[in-house]
Amino acid sequence: MYNFTYHRAGSVDAAASRLAESGDAKLLAGGMTLLPTMKQRLAQPSELIDLNEIAGLNGITVSGGTVTIGAMTRHADVAASAEVKQAIPALAKLAGLIGDPAVRNRGTIGGSIANNDPAADYPAAVVGLGATVVTNKREIAGDGFFTGMFETALDEGEIVTAVRFPVPQKAAYFKFPNPASRYAVVGVMVAKTSGGIRVAVTGAAPCVFRQSDMESALSGNFSAAALSGITQDADGLNEDIHASAEYRASLVVVGAKRAVAEIA
Amino acid sequence: MTAETGIGARVRRKEDVRFITGRGRYTDDINRPGQLHAVFARSPHAHARIRSLDTSNAETSPGVVAVLTGADLATDGIGPLPCGWMIHSRDGSPMKQPPHPALSVGTVRYVGEPYAVVIGETRAAAQAGADLLDPDFEELPANVDTASAQSTAPIHEGIPNNLCYDWTLGDEAATDAALASAVHVIELDIVNNRLIPNAIEPRAALGDYDAGTDMLTLYTTSQNPHLARLVLSAFVGLAPEHKLRVVSPDVGGGFGSKIFIYSEETVCGWASKRLRRPVKWTADRSEAFLNDAHGRDHVSKARLALDANGKFLGLKVSTIANLGAYMSTFSSSIPTYLYGTLLAGQYTTPAIFVEVRSVFTNTTPVDAYRGAGRPEATFLLERIVETAARELGMDPAELRRKNMVPKDAFPYATPVALVYDTGDYQACLDKALALSDYAGFPARRAAAKARGKLRGIGLSCYIEACGLAPSRLAGQLGAGVGLYESAEIRVNPTGNVTVFTGTHSHGQGHETTFAQVVSSRLGIGLDQIEVVHGDTSQGQFGMGTYGSRSLAVGGSAIMKASDKIVAKGRKIAAYLLEARPEDIDFEDGVFRVRGTNQAKTFGEIAFAAYVPHNYPLEELEPGLQETAFYDPQNFTYPAGAYVCEVEVDPETGVTRIVKFTAVDDFGQVINPMIVEGQVHGGIAQGIGQAMLEACRYDRESGQLLTGSMMDYAMPRADDLVNFDLDVVRTDCTHNPLGAKGCGEAGAIGSPPAVINAITDAIGVRTLDMPATPLKVWTALQAGSAAVKGS
Repeated sequence: MYNFTYHRAGSVDAAASRLAESGDAKLLAGGMTLLPTMKQRLAQPSELIDLNEIAGLNGITVSGGTVTIGAMTRHADVAASAEVKQAIPALAKLAGLIGDPAVRNRGTIGGSIANNDPAADYPAAVVGLGATVVTNKREIAGDGFFTGMFETALDEGEIVTAVRFPVPQKAAYFKFPNPASRYAVVGVMVAKTSGGIRVAVTGAAPCVFRQSDMESALSGNFSAAALSGITQDADGLNEDIHASAEYRASLVVVGAKRAVAEIA
Repeated sequence: MTAETGIGARVRRKEDVRFITGRGRYTDDINRPGQLHAVFARSPHAHARIRSLDTSNAETSPGVVAVLTGADLATDGIGPLPCGWMIHSRDGSPMKQPPHPALSVGTVRYVGEPYAVVIGETRAAAQAGADLLDPDFEELPANVDTASAQSTAPIHEGIPNNLCYDWTLGDEAATDAALASAVHVIELDIVNNRLIPNAIEPRAALGDYDAGTDMLTLYTTSQNPHLARLVLSAFVGLAPEHKLRVVSPDVGGGFGSKIFIYSEETVCGWASKRLRRPVKWTADRSEAFLNDAHGRDHVSKARLALDANGKFLGLKVSTIANLGAYMSTFSSSIPTYLYGTLLAGQYTTPAIFVEVRSVFTNTTPVDAYRGAGRPEATFLLERIVETAARELGMDPAELRRKNMVPKDAFPYATPVALVYDTGDYQACLDKALALSDYAGFPARRAAAKARGKLRGIGLSCYIEACGLAPSRLAGQLGAGVGLYESAEIRVNPTGNVTVFTGTHSHGQGHETTFAQVVSSRLGIGLDQIEVVHGDTSQGQFGMGTYGSRSLAVGGSAIMKASDKIVAKGRKIAAYLLEARPEDIDFEDGVFRVRGTNQAKTFGEIAFAAYVPHNYPLEELEPGLQETAFYDPQNFTYPAGAYVCEVEVDPETGVTRIVKFTAVDDFGQVINPMIVEGQVHGGIAQGIGQAMLEACRYDRESGQLLTGSMMDYAMPRADDLVNFDLDVVRTDCTHNPLGAKGCGEAGAIGSPPAVINAITDAIGVRTLDMPATPLKVWTALQAGSAAVKGS
């Protein structure tokens, strides 16, 4: 690890202005990606601005058909939340499948989506459930939030403060974990919402995406059988030592079918 | 008293109290005043010439105390790291051993190879200095591939075809004749995948030189501290043996990877002498991946000859073994004498011939890893036997049974140099088949099919040669050392005892197992017994822990020393009780004049031994302390039968082990709980090899692709199943404990059982380990494509 300055922010505004002042500063939420990267000397921020002590960024509220999760809420808290389990069981399940207990007790939803790792689970929830990302400046629709591998719609100095999930009629999450890291090789969130069917896929491609062929097919007939003719194009999907693009493509279809079967 | 604490008792491990309360003391927990920190500069290339190395900026970096290179090592007369086992090629020529300097000079030959060390006041300062080293590398063509290594450019000068040796064992003419006359010949290409050990505690070293006494103390994570001292003094030239103390305190796992003499501990010891300050290094996990000796990595072709009834007639094996870029301490012996000699397995195959070509590649050195050669032999044999059964349409259990060495045939001499002393292989198989409900498998398969799952079953009947090793035989086969073990028992005046062993415990539970042996023998409680290991200044010379040897060899030495204590105690009791020593019985901790109530307890004798006010000193020396060296007459031969049952999800390729049965014969067991723990760990590691663990290098660049836990999949509890264990007992015939050793069995027996089960489930002939979901899915796709096309 290289030397850096540690700064504990007292408020979102203070964190934002500190970030604006300091050229190479990074925000520290759970640190589950940033700290290992720094330890391996792959990142060299001049300063860490710690968000952990800021009041009001942590917690879960359910009201008016919306689950609002503060940006600094830990995965373990989402996984264990009786309210989330009641309102969107698929979301609690997804949070409980992230990493391992140590990661879940430290990692946060805000940190996860701001990082936008292509193999992260939460992007599938944000897009698949049609969530809204709340920042210190504005609200961003989940569909437009994730713009590319490790890239988001966040501006310089913009800080995620919460994520709002509309409660769907039904939703299910299928995850095929990497045998080593337990990141998603493929994760598929299928949701039946008031705005229509959503199928969001993480892990398979450089960035989370909506599987529109599947959404159309399921709109007419919400059953696993409706997906039997659908294939996922392997072109452009990720390829690594754990999974070929063809394998990922196959898992997307299998995963979507199984998620649908769970709730159809 | 001793029935509850002695041989056969399920005693909780004495050492666990300190481990689970955080009071273990590992090398990294030790810090010395004025201590410096070493950071190693490691090659980023798989193969490169070092045109130049500018150290000037590093040397002036704040907090940097020294920058040292291989040239400095040479100046100080620190020699290369040796390989301690000579292997001769079939033409009689000795193996070709390239120099293995602790810090490379001129050329680097694998990614991660250390070529310089920066020593600083803090680790951060040393790291910052290392960043300022300026090497000029000229990249050279690299090869990481085992199979093609003989046809790629030489990695070492003067070693054509990258061939270290071309070794054979067995009767080739007889084997060829058997193959020519056979009704059936089964051929199989078999790869044994390369593994990265990943002990939970990374390696560490702390050199602490005392200029006043000229004594160098080296704290290090070694499985064999005495052997480390011997090699570092006699061969590397670090310090004279009497001026070198090696301490291996608590060590968190080894699996073989901590047997060897590495660069880092050599450099820390040497640098401490040179700088006259303590020098410490602790590997981070990335260094462990890059630099700890890897395991396995064989590519083989095998042919099994059978007659019309399925009797094995001959086995011919040709193996290429990857040594990595240099020869690690025992690397030459693993693919030869610990591999070829095991190819008879449990069977009466009359003719066996094996040839092994060990090759150099641009990869981390390869050496012993849990099982070491024996898993490779077992995997090959049990895969080809299973394949033969399938292709002959025979029940795999029956084919094995038909060919097993019968119970009444021991001692049994194999055609590959071993003499099995005892065993009952059929009993192990019968028990395993019953425990696994082998007969009920077809119904379970049908039920799985109805759920859309493919269920398969696989057997593995393994044997291993362990209890390393009879020194005479080891010497004949090229070992540079003897492989006896030592023990010393010091009875303290108050009657409790301190037991010194030359073995080393790094997870095995010796502090408990050995205490149980002594408790049984001397009739005293476990709380009266302290087992000491891991410090060359405390115990007598010994050979360390590997090859499932500690109980069979080290425990036998303890038995021998205990017997000497009893003999001396008998003399003291005879004197005190005015009887003849031959009339003294010793039982349950009491010396008694036979047929009388005249008796002295062990504690009374101990005290009397040290208060010799009235001794006949010409006949009886004061004190009660004995040393024994035990050299085994033969290897021990643990054996067993494993049954694995899997279910494959054909849509995803995900394979779950749904049932795993292991029946082992370890001879006499001292602590069944510890033995079960060893079997569980071994099976978990074997399943790791079979389904999860793959060390992968990029074939073009030679970079390690699986350099962290993100890509190298270690088995977790939820990858496994509850194991069903049982034992068969035939005691080892040639050691006083009747014990065979249990540390490696699980890792040896399980991989073929798993792969036999998976290939059975998905209906393919072969599948290379690890059988990942991707591989299983791909095999199924190829299968269904073939079906569609036909």
